[in-house]
Amino acid sequence: MRIALFVTCLTDTLYPETGRAVVKLLERLGCAVEFPAGQTCCGQMHFNTGYRRECVPLVRRFAETFAGYDAVVTPSGSCAAMVREYHERVAEAAGDARLAAAVRATPAVYELSEFLVDVLGVTDVGAYFPHRVTFHPTCHSQRMLGVGDRPLRLLRAVRGIDLVELPAADQCCGFGGTFALKNHDTSVAMGADKARHVLATGAEVLCAGDNSCLMHIGGLLSRLRTGVRTLHLAEILAAAEEDRAPAAAEEDRAPAATEEDQAPAAPSRSRPVPHSGKSPQSPRTAERSTP
Amino acid sequence: MNGPTFLGTPAFPSAARTALADTRLRHNLAHATTTIRRKREEAVAEVDDWEALREAGRAVKERTLRHLDRYLLQLEERVTAAGGRVHWARDGQEAARIVVDLVQATGEREVVKVKSMTTQEIGLNEALADAGITAYETDLAELVVQLGQDRPSHILVPAIHRNRAEIREIFLRAMGEHGRAAPADLSDDPQELAEAARRHLREKFLRAKVGVSGANFLVAETGTAVVVESEGNGRMCLTLPETLISVVGIEKVVPTWQDLEIFLQLLPRSSTGERMNPYTSSWTGTTADDGPGAFHLVLLDGGRTDTLADPVGRQALNCIRCSACLNVCPVYERVGGHAYGSVYPGPIGAVLTPQLRGTAAESDRSLPYASTLCGACYEVCPVKINIPEVLVHLRARVVDEGRTRKVPSPERLAMAAARSVLAGPSRLAAAQRAAAAAGRLLGRDGRISRLPGPASAWTEARDVPVPARESFRAWWRRTHR
Ligand code: SF4
Repeated sequence: MRIALFVTCLTDTLYPETGRAVVKLLERLGCAVEFPAGQTCCGQMHFNTGYRRECVPLVRRFAETFAGYDAVVTPSGSCAAMVREYHERVAEAAGDARLAAAVRATPAVYELSEFLVDVLGVTDVGAYFPHRVTFHPTCHSQRMLGVGDRPLRLLRAVRGIDLVELPAADQCCGFGGTFALKNHDTSVAMGADKARHVLATGAEVLCAGDNSCLMHIGGLLSRLRTGVRTLHLAEILAAAEEDRAPAAAEEDRAPAATEEDQAPAAPSRSRPVPHSGKSPQSPRTAERSTP
Repeated sequence: MNGPTFLGTPAFPSAARTALADTRLRHNLAHATTTIRRKREEAVAEVDDWEALREAGRAVKERTLRHLDRYLLQLEERVTAAGGRVHWARDGQEAARIVVDLVQATGEREVVKVKSMTTQEIGLNEALADAGITAYETDLAELVVQLGQDRPSHILVPAIHRNRAEIREIFLRAMGEHGRAAPADLSDDPQELAEAARRHLREKFLRAKVGVSGANFLVAETGTAVVVESEGNGRMCLTLPETLISVVGIEKVVPTWQDLEIFLQLLPRSSTGERMNPYTSSWTGTTADDGPGAFHLVLLDGGRTDTLADPVGRQALNCIRCSACLNVCPVYERVGGHAYGSVYPGPIGAVLTPQLRGTAAESDRSLPYASTLCGACYEVCPVKINIPEVLVHLRARVVDEGRTRKVPSPERLAMAAARSVLAGPSRLAAAQRAAAAAGRLLGRDGRISRLPGPASAWTEARDVPVPARESFRAWWRRTHR
């Protein structure tokens, strides 16, 4: 089976550690995963904001880039939903029959938890993550893809984890793509309630399957210096006990400095690089070194 | 008695900002929507075949709308045969004029009203006032809105933004100006408030010669109008006056009583969380020596035919005004109904208003964007209107209309720039390097707290991580080749 990773433009640019975690996790589970270099973006931002014309070339690029693979896996419920629900319609609305045919021929696109549970048939991925974690089920993964409790089943099987339920979990966090900018006051008001619920759990880590939502909630948690960090599901599932070299374990106890997001990261399979301990902690970094 | 209208409401984002700052509104809304949401959930969970029922409701609505011309003519024929008169109104202005003329023909100076969205939509109370006719709202929440010189903020509970204490204050202040005053020792006990309203309204019911209503459904096969309400006040208006005028949108037709049965199951559970609706009134034309001797049905188009012409947008006409989508909407819950600048607020308003009124006004153009597309509305809608789909569809309409303008908006420029960056991997990689470099300048401790230009809307309250020096694709190339 030829598996392609669609890393998404956001994760590629802002959260590469999530992409590395997906690679590490899938390789640990015995899957060879490829990264087709032609990929850029699923076109969701353009589509959802009403820029359909601009979306067409992105749909075409997606279909061309992933043609011939058996499956595409992506660490975003929202982008998976965009491809599955709307790519064909964009092509049809553009009146491009060839493109529509190409879109129909695109291999199945799976959100990470779907791929693990449905395709690989695993819920225990051999992860170790001794932290208090709460999970936010993102709207598109729930209401458009219907991933249900797959992410929670995966998390429950993680060794050492203290998984706590998030109150009002089904409430939207307020990100909403360009909504976060166009209606930033409302977006922040919604995010504030989400952050309040996260804080009520006493969790150290907020986990979700979409870095876009995490960027929003995490941005608030960071601005308020709440001491809660956000992590993509892939990063928790990729964390393993053997990664916890003394340096990394140390860092978990006393959040200290990391150069890691500044310096080129070590390949995921190697041991984490030691940290200098000089600069203060970045909002999303403490666990960065372990995957 | 003429409350302020929605005219001149600013675009959604700024109207929302004002509403968000109203702490009492936020508190009242959060409380009310949470309660009603839970009630709905419980009532729906009791029905084993709820999904099948929703599907049946959707199918009936769609089939009816496909053959709307036929059912409307059938309806007209049956209403006329039963002694009623049907009037056709192209738009709200025409509908309001018809009603004003009808009331003037009776020589009356006041009318009692059943809670009705459609008469709000056409600005009937204002039109009547201009003609020297006073309209008294008799729905309890609508009365609160009218006495408070306020606007409705919810389809079902127009005064959802008010709490008991405010209602008491409004009653004490305003009831006396328009009829029987509230007792001076009125408390904010719901029973006492209801009693004060009952006494105030009874006077009006017994005096009024003309009643004005909307209708939830029109049954084509018999020419019957149906009003669904909880208080019984509607029934008073429908039965006591000598003349009854009902203003109804053309999309409210259902072919048969058997079809109606589906909606009488879907509506109460979705709207009030009740198994069955307390007062369901139906009337067919006129009946000798029973109820109003004259019945007028004003059928309103008001943009509905145009909406019907849009294959994606037309599903908004399936709406049975249950308000479930408002109650679950996280945006509505925080900003309330007034920010939508229309009698139809919340998710359904965001898809209905720009279709009925068009997108010429900036406030109406901003409505399709008043949503995170979280999909909660679609999940609960009893007639399965895919509201997120229509929202995105209307956004495309707004954008395409904007393309005709010579000077592109900043947003259009940004979207074009993003498109060109995403056109290929090398451009994206270059942009990522540039972003990482800029991020290192702007960021401290791995986070950026202030972004320039339009992006400052993000960092007003939220940090962003500094873009990684090594993007994922760069890492992959370094390690996997
Ligand atoms: S759109 Fe659906 S949920 Fe909203 S009011 Fe109409 S019928 Fe109810």
